[in-house]
Amino acid sequence: MDGTGSTMDDAPFEPAAEGGADGRSQIRIDNVSMVFGRKGTAVAALQNVSLDIAAGEFVCLLGPSGCGKSTLLNAIAGFIKPTGGNIAVEGQPISRPGPSRGMVFQEYALFPWMTVEKNVAFGLEIKGAPSAEIDATVEELLGLLKLKEFRKRFPKDLSGGMRQRVAIARVLALDPPIMLMDEPFGALDALTRRSLQDELLRIWQSLRKTIVFVTHSIDEAIHLGSRIAVLTYRPGTVKRDLQVQLPRPRDSSEPEFNRLKRELARLVMEEQQRFAEDEVRGA
Amino acid sequence: MARIDRFLRGLIVPVLLIALWHALSQTGVFRPEILPSPGAVVQRWIAYLNPQDALSPHYDWLAWLNSSEMLSDAYSSLYRVLAGFAIGAGLALPLGLLMGADKRVHVLFDPLVQFLRPIPPIAYIPLSILWFGLGNPPALFLISIGSFFPVLLNTIAGVRQVDGIYIRAAQNLGAGSFTLFRRVIVPAAMPYILAGARIGLGTAFIVVIVAEMIAVNSGLGYRILEAREYLWSDKVIAGIITIGMIGLALDLMMARLTGYLLRWHRGLES
Repeated sequence: MDGTGSTMDDAPFEPAAEGGADGRSQIRIDNVSMVFGRKGTAVAALQNVSLDIAAGEFVCLLGPSGCGKSTLLNAIAGFIKPTGGNIAVEGQPISRPGPSRGMVFQEYALFPWMTVEKNVAFGLEIKGAPSAEIDATVEELLGLLKLKEFRKRFPKDLSGGMRQRVAIARVLALDPPIMLMDEPFGALDALTRRSLQDELLRIWQSLRKTIVFVTHSIDEAIHLGSRIAVLTYRPGTVKRDLQVQLPRPRDSSEPEFNRLKRELARLVMEEQQRFAEDEVRGA
Repeated sequence: MARIDRFLRGLIVPVLLIALWHALSQTGVFRPEILPSPGAVVQRWIAYLNPQDALSPHYDWLAWLNSSEMLSDAYSSLYRVLAGFAIGAGLALPLGLLMGADKRVHVLFDPLVQFLRPIPPIAYIPLSILWFGLGNPPALFLISIGSFFPVLLNTIAGVRQVDGIYIRAAQNLGAGSFTLFRRVIVPAAMPYILAGARIGLGTAFIVVIVAEMIAVNSGLGYRILEAREYLWSDKVIAGIITIGMIGLALDLMMARLTGYLLRWHRGLES
């Protein structure tokens, strides 16, 4: 059953993509491989990863450390170029980073020398948007993310949860069709995490974004994702790709939730095991 | 309360030293030309500060203040410090930004910089007089050299330590290379640049005193050397105290400015 996992799981996904929001894939990841380092010490972070993501999907990339999920996200963002395969967004191959794929980093990456409102305005300012438009957008986003009282603060004076709200607002200012999120809530405490997850879902549903969300938390993936792709540990491949049909808001005490959780835990732990063995060997 | 207490404790050692100095000067072992009494120095300092002219009937304050020997000396010295610093830092900043951001520029300039950097600015005095004669030009030349290197090296280091995640974030938001430089790299390097500017300003102040002893005939450095010729050691010490006060004031101002510009920065110590 394990051995056939990856081939078997391509099947339930394909029809879903074709029946997606607008009937075609918005992000097409085609046979992507990524090798770091030189020959001899080379590490294959990704190997022949293919995923088609339709507009409006909330895809969680799930896996242990070292499974290449962040690498894949960075490749979609255009920060790194895959050593093999192609990634296309709206049919256009990706060559460099750009505001159509707004990235939210785990380390927030807010500009510490800018106030909250300046951070949010940054993307529009450098685009040369008229100041009336900038003001209106910033106002709206500060309201949406409950940041109005903090607008004049610098990031150092904000809690982790607040900072991540600012990071989300900063990306939303450019109204990207796609949001890429790299373990954005990984550093937050459980309650803050939970409330930000709910807020993100609210944003996803009301603004109709496509979200690719990297996490190693199974609960988080089930709570958020409309689809979950489990990646294997080195080299990263898609081990399992499944639609999550649970009704929202999702309740972690429901039997369906837990059945899925057990299933995913088994898949992820197999990979975690391989990761741990590698670590012991000092690879 | 605790602050007053700390302030008072901080006074103990200076007060004891002044008392010792006073006692020594009263023993008659040292002649007053060698060791004047603290009282004589204070008197001399006040005389040095006091405007020579009366305030004119149409209230020309500037002329009145300028008739104070100390204030006019301080003005000459500060002018040289600030102008020399502006030249030195003004050249160092763009070069440092380029060297920090672009490997090729770094390769071109780094060997020369490493060679010139350890040469004390004072070593250029003879050359500066040959090239520029006497007066402000050689002084400004020396001061600008003194402030150039601290600003340059810190700017290079500052640009190099910019966290790559800010660059990624900015590129993700659509920043081109010029925007990236102006709005991300320069502000991110600012803590280093300002630290360099503070060191550079300190160096400029050291160099101005030396330069005034040699190349010009105004300013605080010139004045204490002149006082020595007349064996006015009380005036020499009064001048030194003035230099110390102005140096401290300059550094405090720079620290305040830095604190304001870096108010976004975490873990800031002045």
